[in-house]
Amino acid sequence: VHIPDGYLGPQTYGAAYAIMAPVWAVASRIVSRTLRSRQVPMLALGAAFTFVIMMFNVPIPGGTTGHAVGAVLVAVLLGPWAACIAVSVALIVQAVLFGDGGITAIGANCLNMAVIMPFVGYGVYRIVASRSAARSPRRWIGAALGGYIGLNAAAFATAVEFGIQPLIAHDAAGHALYAPYPLSVAIPVMMVGHLVVFGVVEAVATGLVVAYLQRADASMLYGAPAPSPEPSPAGREAGGRP
Amino acid sequence: MKTSTKLWIGVIALIVLSPLGLILPAWLGAGTAWGEWSAEELRNLVGYVPARLGHISRIWHAPLPDYAFKGQEHASTPALSVSYVVSAVVGVAAVVVVALLLGKLLARREKSDAA
Repeated sequence: VHIPDGYLGPQTYGAAYAIMAPVWAVASRIVSRTLRSRQVPMLALGAAFTFVIMMFNVPIPGGTTGHAVGAVLVAVLLGPWAACIAVSVALIVQAVLFGDGGITAIGANCLNMAVIMPFVGYGVYRIVASRSAARSPRRWIGAALGGYIGLNAAAFATAVEFGIQPLIAHDAAGHALYAPYPLSVAIPVMMVGHLVVFGVVEAVATGLVVAYLQRADASMLYGAPAPSPEPSPAGREAGGRP
Repeated sequence: MKTSTKLWIGVIALIVLSPLGLILPAWLGAGTAWGEWSAEELRNLVGYVPARLGHISRIWHAPLPDYAFKGQEHASTPALSVSYVVSAVVGVAAVVVVALLLGKLLARREKSDAA
């Protein structure tokens, strides 16, 4: 779901940048209040993870490819605002160094994958996990479901951004100036791939890592209550359970 | 071993395995992601290159286009796999440096952060 340069007209990519500017400002402000300095390496780890997981193109045989993003996983670990920063860093590096996603489309791609995806996914996670214990299965189930719904929300937003282009701009011959497919094509094609395949990959990846961390170091989950079976927080670094 | 160390090892493992994201689609005959076609692919799909799309799509030439070296457009899958891993290393390094700098700039300094 990386929109390349040229697929969105200036009205659309400009609007996306206009939305992202204040979002990035608010994210920076909130992260500067909530992120502790020893969590900075975790922010880098989250950004690195999302970067590399997006390189795993998952094929639909004979069809197209798609990939997981990891934004909901980062949100479950660091909170949605830090996830916004981490995924934005990965997306900007992808666009600048690798031409994966356009320079003009950085705002739109960040809106889809660094805002809509982590916030929708984290919201689902919070609803499912509620106030359950740090090691409760509700947390990894919520994270997996959040990954699935979060990625599909991002794919839907992307499809709408693609699909409105022929409405916004076409020449006298009816040829589109930017992305050529209308909403009636873009939405079903994007959603089938993500609902059936890529969302499942996202859910499995997110659920597995969260389940692993619940056993290895449940204190890493953002906003989860301190794991109760541990007698004292001093045992945190030792990690192991009997 | 600290959990975060294990997670970094996980990221390194993903870097090493990343060519799967190239090999599996090639093997299963899956094409470009929907909506990410080049101008040429688009000409084959809809019969024309949308006028402004062709123009805007040339504004940026990435140093490692599509996670490959320049001039590798028709390279073999093994050759592309090598450049894919190199790209993953370069990309992860860049992302980590930027995120660390940004994090340092933003993060709350704690007096009681010795633990």
